[in-house]
Amino acid sequence: MKKMLILLFTVPFCFLAAAQDMTDLVKKVKTKLDQVNDYEATGVLKTDIVFIKAPVSKIKVYFKKPDKFRLKKDGGISILPRGGVSVTVTNIVDIASFVALAAGESTVDGYPVKIVKVLPSDENNEIVLATLYIDEKNVLVRRATITTRENGTYDVSLSYGSYSNYGLPDKVVFSFNTKDYKLPKGITLEFDDDVKSSDMDKLKNKKGKVEITYSSYIINKGIDDSVFK
Amino acid sequence: MWKLLQIELYKIFRRPRTYIAFGTIAALIIILQVGLKLDGQEYLDFMLNSLSKFDVSGTVLNGYMVCYVTLQMLLINVPLLVTLIAGDMISGEANMGTLRFMLGKPYSRSQILIAKFLAASIYTFLLLIWLAIFALLLNLVIFGTGDLMIFKSSYLVIINHDDIFWRYMGAFCFAFLSMTTVAAVGFLLSIFAENSIGPIVGTMSVIIFFTVISTLNIPMYNVIKPFLFVTHMNVWKEFFDQKADAHNVGIPGTLQNPQRIINSALVLLAHIVGLVSLAVYIFKKKDILS
Repeated sequence: MKKMLILLFTVPFCFLAAAQDMTDLVKKVKTKLDQVNDYEATGVLKTDIVFIKAPVSKIKVYFKKPDKFRLKKDGGISILPRGGVSVTVTNIVDIASFVALAAGESTVDGYPVKIVKVLPSDENNEIVLATLYIDEKNVLVRRATITTRENGTYDVSLSYGSYSNYGLPDKVVFSFNTKDYKLPKGITLEFDDDVKSSDMDKLKNKKGKVEITYSSYIINKGIDDSVFK
Repeated sequence: MWKLLQIELYKIFRRPRTYIAFGTIAALIIILQVGLKLDGQEYLDFMLNSLSKFDVSGTVLNGYMVCYVTLQMLLINVPLLVTLIAGDMISGEANMGTLRFMLGKPYSRSQILIAKFLAASIYTFLLLIWLAIFALLLNLVIFGTGDLMIFKSSYLVIINHDDIFWRYMGAFCFAFLSMTTVAAVGFLLSIFAENSIGPIVGTMSVIIFFTVISTLNIPMYNVIKPFLFVTHMNVWKEFFDQKADAHNVGIPGTLQNPQRIINSALVLLAHIVGLVSLAVYIFKKKDILS
């Protein structure tokens, strides 16, 4: 009877301990990304947001450790969801203190992945919860769902190519819900288009997407801080 | 006919009041430019306040943007400046007592009237060229170029910097059509008066009256709205909207609603032809006593 009771209490704890032990995998991803101190990437930005009509544009993206990020469009205007695009996988794995819990297995784009829930220990961290879909074999994050304190929840899908050795994606797709976003009427005295408000409400429940396709990276060549101002 | 047109243009540009319009436009644009140059960031912050959940980067307050803001403000008021001349074309002659003398020339009444209307149209054209120089070219020099971001009532449009200039050219051509329609109204009313105040006030009253009707969202009035010229005067803004593909990606070099621009241009053109023809018809039958 005693043995039965001991078994009953210890087995669940063993499973729990095993479930929580994903920190090493996250650290492996971090080690890979740590090879990159800075990069300058050239790419194409495409926005699919129901209330923004913007053409496809050529962009340059600058990153410098630990968290400097800047997206520039030559002579142009870019509109991106606040915090969304600039919170990279590097930001997640760079969290000083976190708990990484296993949450199962799945496949993303045909690659088997481990699902890992990352919970920052610091209550004031901008990221509240991140679910990472990590390709254990290639040590790459294939997908992430990030819940932030200020900017809501968004999904990030990452596709890799020539720069996968550095953990840098060839294509990143950010998805977010647009229902909370609204534009005020009358700022430019435009009241004359024929879109019915009910149609706009339906459209607002769609997901917004921002897609960046990178064509090249210049890695670890140094970037001046003035670029990020 | 050319000689008649030259005489009419000489008459218009000899009067000091002609230059009031040019001076007013220049003064208003310079005031706006100074304000936006010194305090543009606050205006921009207010405008972008609605995009607080987005990071907007790039030079939003550039020459193209300032020009759009300028046109929105001024194209509402330019009709008044056009009316100052168009409403005076016949009534001014009647007031000075030179109308009978003028009709004694070896030209038909139709020729005289058409020459007068063409002169008023050339004045309108020059006023818009002046507006383009100050509102577009000068703003580009002061504020530089960049993409154009426009807030529509339910969406936002971003147009690439290399896809904007032709849109302004189209918008100015369309504005010319709108202002010439206003000139035609003033010109028609000018036939009935013996001094220019009546036609000027009359034209502005017509514009205000029709504008109020066209902004009322009452089903009964919706039927007549497409036939009112004021409904079509704002269609120049259509040049600043582009088609989007299934993924909301703007397609450069396109117009969202080109048919609306064509339809409105035809309605305005029909108004011009109709109003001038009516003016000629009435004037030919009129007993000229002054």
